[in-house]
Amino acid sequence: MSSDQLTIASLTDRVKPVAVGAQVSAVHFLGERAAFVCAEEKVAMADAAGEVSRVDVHGGAILCTASDGKRVVTGGDDGKLVSLNAKGETSVLATDAKRRWIDNVALHPDGAFAWSAGKTAFVRSGKGEEKTFDAPSTVGGLAFAPKGLRVAVAHYNGVTLWFPNMAAKPEFLEWAGSHLAVTFSPDNKFLVTAMHEPALHGWRLADNRHMRMSGYPGRVRSMSWSAGGKGLATSGADTVIIWPFNSKDGPMGKEPAMLAPLQARVSIVACHPKQDIMAAGYSDGTVLIVRLEDGAEILVRRNGSEPISALAWNAKGTLLAFGTEDGDAGMLEF
Amino acid sequence: MSELSSQKIPVTVLTGYLGAGKTTLLNRILSENHGKKYAVIVNEFGEIGIDNDLIIGADEEVFEMNNGCVCCTVRGDLVRIMDGLMKRKGKFDAIIVETTGLADPAPVAQTFFVDEDVQKNARLDAVVTVADAKWLSDRLKDAPEAKNQIAFADVIVLNKTDLVSKPELAEVEARIRGINPYAKLHRTERCKVALSDVLERGAFDLDRILEIEPEFLDAGDDHHHHDHDHGHDHNHNHKHNHHDHSHSHGGLKHYHDEDMQSLSLRSDKPLDPTKFMPWLQNLVATEGQKILRSKGILSFTDDDDRYVFQGVHMMLEGDHQRQWKEGEPRESRVVFIGRELPEQAIREGFESCIAA
Repeated sequence: MSSDQLTIASLTDRVKPVAVGAQVSAVHFLGERAAFVCAEEKVAMADAAGEVSRVDVHGGAILCTASDGKRVVTGGDDGKLVSLNAKGETSVLATDAKRRWIDNVALHPDGAFAWSAGKTAFVRSGKGEEKTFDAPSTVGGLAFAPKGLRVAVAHYNGVTLWFPNMAAKPEFLEWAGSHLAVTFSPDNKFLVTAMHEPALHGWRLADNRHMRMSGYPGRVRSMSWSAGGKGLATSGADTVIIWPFNSKDGPMGKEPAMLAPLQARVSIVACHPKQDIMAAGYSDGTVLIVRLEDGAEILVRRNGSEPISALAWNAKGTLLAFGTEDGDAGMLEF
Repeated sequence: MSELSSQKIPVTVLTGYLGAGKTTLLNRILSENHGKKYAVIVNEFGEIGIDNDLIIGADEEVFEMNNGCVCCTVRGDLVRIMDGLMKRKGKFDAIIVETTGLADPAPVAQTFFVDEDVQKNARLDAVVTVADAKWLSDRLKDAPEAKNQIAFADVIVLNKTDLVSKPELAEVEARIRGINPYAKLHRTERCKVALSDVLERGAFDLDRILEIEPEFLDAGDDHHHHDHDHGHDHNHNHKHNHHDHSHSHGGLKHYHDEDMQSLSLRSDKPLDPTKFMPWLQNLVATEGQKILRSKGILSFTDDDDRYVFQGVHMMLEGDHQRQWKEGEPRESRVVFIGRELPEQAIREGFESCIAA
């Protein structure tokens, strides 16, 4: 495999190393600074020069994280939901009364945010109003719809679409099994969940038609919509699997694209916000940039380490950041 | 394999019917000065008197796997909790999962067989069942959960022995042995048991399946030691009661439980692996719902290595373990513990796997 990598274009010498020094579980950009969310306690903020400052956010494990580009919000096993801004200032948004783990978090562009602890999902609007919804089982994932205040709550045997500001009964999309991460397509036409078993499940929201996306050797832990929502890139196989969403039927009856095969499992994917390219991280530490049109690859990081566990572009698509399970990290400017 | 499995975090499953003393044992484990740190997954917060930021409340959500197999259930909450705990790797040495008094231990155990991520980081160490010496006999009659927990156990802590007379103790032990003669049994008051007897047992470690012999009353006190053979067949005349029947051997009561039994098979002739493996797989595929636990040490034709396997319901894992030692009898032993086992069919199936 390393011989394969020698034959492809490489940007490895342009990567600025970032010394995070602890397991990285996610990375987000706040302006030009990358916020590396550690598995426990801290967020390491790095500027383009690779200078790092560390901020304490939780008293234990950081279980979930989301960002809207202006702030990073994290939930921890200390029962707290904490917001971190680009200046490195933190504020506690919520503390669970029973000190339960905060398992999931999602942000809405208008300032509303949602989180969950056990079976209970919470939403707080931009005005500070709080609503709760009790799912039939532990919440596996949360996502805001791109339009309106609508929250998808994934749980065992399906997804509930909850409208926190409406008295209407939440809509239940049923499918047997345990649903974890959930995401709306950017055009608001499809909803996709990553299941506990190695498969995705989707619904076309206009008629709730089912879409089954299976065949993965491992659980799908990372999903990313390509620019304009034309495709959904996913981890879980030894190639990047991209399901087509550019027609009204979504991926129904179609084969996914399989790009950038390696002898390692894709652990994380991040599509470029504007162009038809993406970054993929692998279980052997490789990071590739892949052109969606033809699968052309550029090497960003060589194999030979712990899995890549964090990967993100900045909003303009000029910076890429990655982090590994053993605390190695880097940034690349284009 | 051993090297890898030793890096995985050991997980002890602590079960027992309501009021048997699970929390007492848990408190004992956590408060004893052993220099180890435990992450504890409990159902009820607040019962544990020890301050520990690694006590996690669980919801005991049992999920069916989407593989068409009804008995293939896992603890969904456990998958999530294990995920979160792995972010704190290095902060604890072992995990203890306490189940509710009414829980079936199988979904917990199966979580460690079927979930890829859980399997990568953790290994099941043993199922420890705390039983109430005074009330267990009653519960075995009216609470199927209590029977399940005894049948499933690798270690049984028979607690509150100070509340019963000697004959009552003998009675309850005989009932336990009628269901599960293979678990290690410890008699305790207030769960006073050496922690090494309940933790780090390696009961699911294929490398540590050494022998499969009934543990009859070998509970650590000598005056109960009997050395006569208990591997007998029960084909004498039985006097059937409503639920069970008993007979005596040298003063030792011996029960058969009507719906939960263990079945032991042995052969001193080698087995044909091309017959045995398909038979075993088919057996657990068709009868797996009834079979709670299975274990075996096998001697195959033209094979100088011992083959060992163990299973929970339909899930099996097996491997060559080591060479048969010089002079060691190459005997195959298989045991099943389960409910309403089709004994005759299993015996005949096993016999048919003996190499011609």
